[in-house]
Amino acid sequence: MNTPVTSGALPRATGLGVLLRPVALWGVPGAIVLLAAILAGVVIGETPLPFSMVVAVIANNLWGAGYEVDLIDAGIIWSYRLPRTLVAAACGAGLALSGVVLQALVRNALADPYLLGVSAGASTGAVVVTILGVGGGMIGISGGAFIGAALAFVLVAALARAAGGGSAQLVLAGVAGSQLFNAMTSFLIAKSANAEQARGIMFWLLGNLSGVRWPDVWLAVPIAGVGLFACLAFVRSMDAFSFGASAAASLGVSVRRVQVVLIGMATMITATMVSLVGSIGFVGLVIPHAMRFVVGPRHARLIPASALAGAVFLIAADIVSRILIHGQVIPIGVVTALVGAPGFALILIYNRRRL
Amino acid sequence: MRLSANRLGWAAGQRQIVSDVSLQIESGETFGLIGPNGSGKSTLLRLMAGLMPRAQGAVMLDDDPITKLPRPEIARRIAFVEQQVETSDALSVRDVVELGRTPWLSALAPFGSQDVEIVRDALSVVGMAEKVEQGWSTLSGGERQRVQIARALAQRPRLLLLDEPTTHLDIHHQLALLRLISRLSVTVIFALHDLNQAMNCDRLGVMEGGRLVACGTPPEVLTPERLASIFQVRATPLRDPADNSTLFRFHCLEE
Ligand SMILES: Nc1ncnc2c1ncn2[C@@H]1O[C@H](COP(=O)(O)OP(=O)(O)OP(=O)(O)O)[C@@H](O)[C@H]1O
Ligand SMILES: [Mg+2]
Repeated sequence: MNTPVTSGALPRATGLGVLLRPVALWGVPGAIVLLAAILAGVVIGETPLPFSMVVAVIANNLWGAGYEVDLIDAGIIWSYRLPRTLVAAACGAGLALSGVVLQALVRNALADPYLLGVSAGASTGAVVVTILGVGGGMIGISGGAFIGAALAFVLVAALARAAGGGSAQLVLAGVAGSQLFNAMTSFLIAKSANAEQARGIMFWLLGNLSGVRWPDVWLAVPIAGVGLFACLAFVRSMDAFSFGASAAASLGVSVRRVQVVLIGMATMITATMVSLVGSIGFVGLVIPHAMRFVVGPRHARLIPASALAGAVFLIAADIVSRILIHGQVIPIGVVTALVGAPGFALILIYNRRRL
Repeated sequence: MRLSANRLGWAAGQRQIVSDVSLQIESGETFGLIGPNGSGKSTLLRLMAGLMPRAQGAVMLDDDPITKLPRPEIARRIAFVEQQVETSDALSVRDVVELGRTPWLSALAPFGSQDVEIVRDALSVVGMAEKVEQGWSTLSGGERQRVQIARALAQRPRLLLLDEPTTHLDIHHQLALLRLISRLSVTVIFALHDLNQAMNCDRLGVMEGGRLVACGTPPEVLTPERLASIFQVRATPLRDPADNSTLFRFHCLEE
């Protein structure tokens, strides 16, 4: 300790190059991996369709290339498999991003997108719409789920605030809120659903991509994209939370603003995804942890890596859910847990050396 | 940078933890805060850093009220090393020190070669340059403290707030840190327990029960009566022939 440190700012070289290099280095390979996964999601299915035909159909629809294709196959590809795969990618990316954000800000390794009661609220909303017929068919199961999710989050956030506003309070309020809404869902199903409805709701709750069409794509993909860019804008702030909110404040982070913007955004993403495809577990919890092992804890890498891994993982899970049992689609949430839990266990064991 | 605190206070529920502390710290000064456990030193430091919610009173940095400054601007002026910090993230030593650059960075000013240099300097100043790649959680207590000090130096602040920075350090690093502090051109305010180390400060403030009960040069402040009433010790002054400085040897006073 003998070189006195002088204070003050140094002149700083700014340049597009510093910004663009990581984009070229990681963004291009990332985009290629994502595209490959999307193509795989369209090609693989109950009836495998040749790769050339998939490309031809996409070219026809995107810029009217005019290739000769079978109309039924073209319909399967364009109206069914492509939107489904794109929504799977957006959901995976969005849930993984929400998981990273919540784990960073709540400082709890168990934080996941459903922590704040969003998924429980969504299921209650869905059940209220399907079983009680609230909204008279105007809202639909997705609309009901979204409203339920938003209500649950507002309730949980208000409770956490009333309890003092710390992250431990947020986690506890989330647990209380989730329990309450899950109990209401169970109560409603037990009281008024017939067996058919109960089964349908169960299926929806575990995640179901089969109803996905193009309008869902136009909702899910932009939301995931906005989420990604918002998170990228806050990577340094999220890093600064490593030693807690107060340390982040002393590093110049406007803690309250970052929390409101990022947690609000994570909730928005999660509520949208849950309302589109049901509550797919595991992605938001496990993908961020897995990516921490791969790229480390710094958010400048963790955010894009998690978004990409979440997207690819959910596309893969969707493929498996379609082809595992012939002629039957398994709920995708079951697949994510069945594939993800052992995979995560392996990562944990493999990485014990680091701890 | 000059810091003036005017009637600072903080209450936890009904209990007043810090009351009515007014202080003026001059630019370049090294100011020591002493006082028994629980007397409010850490709380006062956090108040001066603008980190306490529901703070009473006002803090001015030079001519700016701290509440009017944006957070990043405060963090460019003040760096704070807390008594103890924890993280569950698997950060490396370099990651932790790079956090110190946070207030200087933005989308238009990304982490660049100057920042790399500042981080390297800060690490070598605290003697942690060889351990940049090591995991923060695997460091010893003293090493962690030195890394946090390096992080604070990487902030390039004009005011350093240090909460018991020498506590976990071995004797060599204690003396090295104190020498570093005395050489820094920045203003330093630090809490400490070693009254012999406190003798080297420009001025001392004594906290007791949340109040600033004395403030002045070390000989003015560390009188036998005060040592007896606040710290419950009796001190024998000894002279070190090496540099003719006065040292204290302390004896516990029983009640
Ligand atoms: N959030 C809080 N709620 C209740 N009491 C608190 C809170 N923070 C601090 N205190 C109390 O305020 C008193 C002063 O605490 P502080 O940490 O400032 O002491 P200190 O002088 O730094 O002590 P030490 O020498 O042990 O570090 C202590 O008695 C502590 O218990
Ligand atoms: Mg203290």
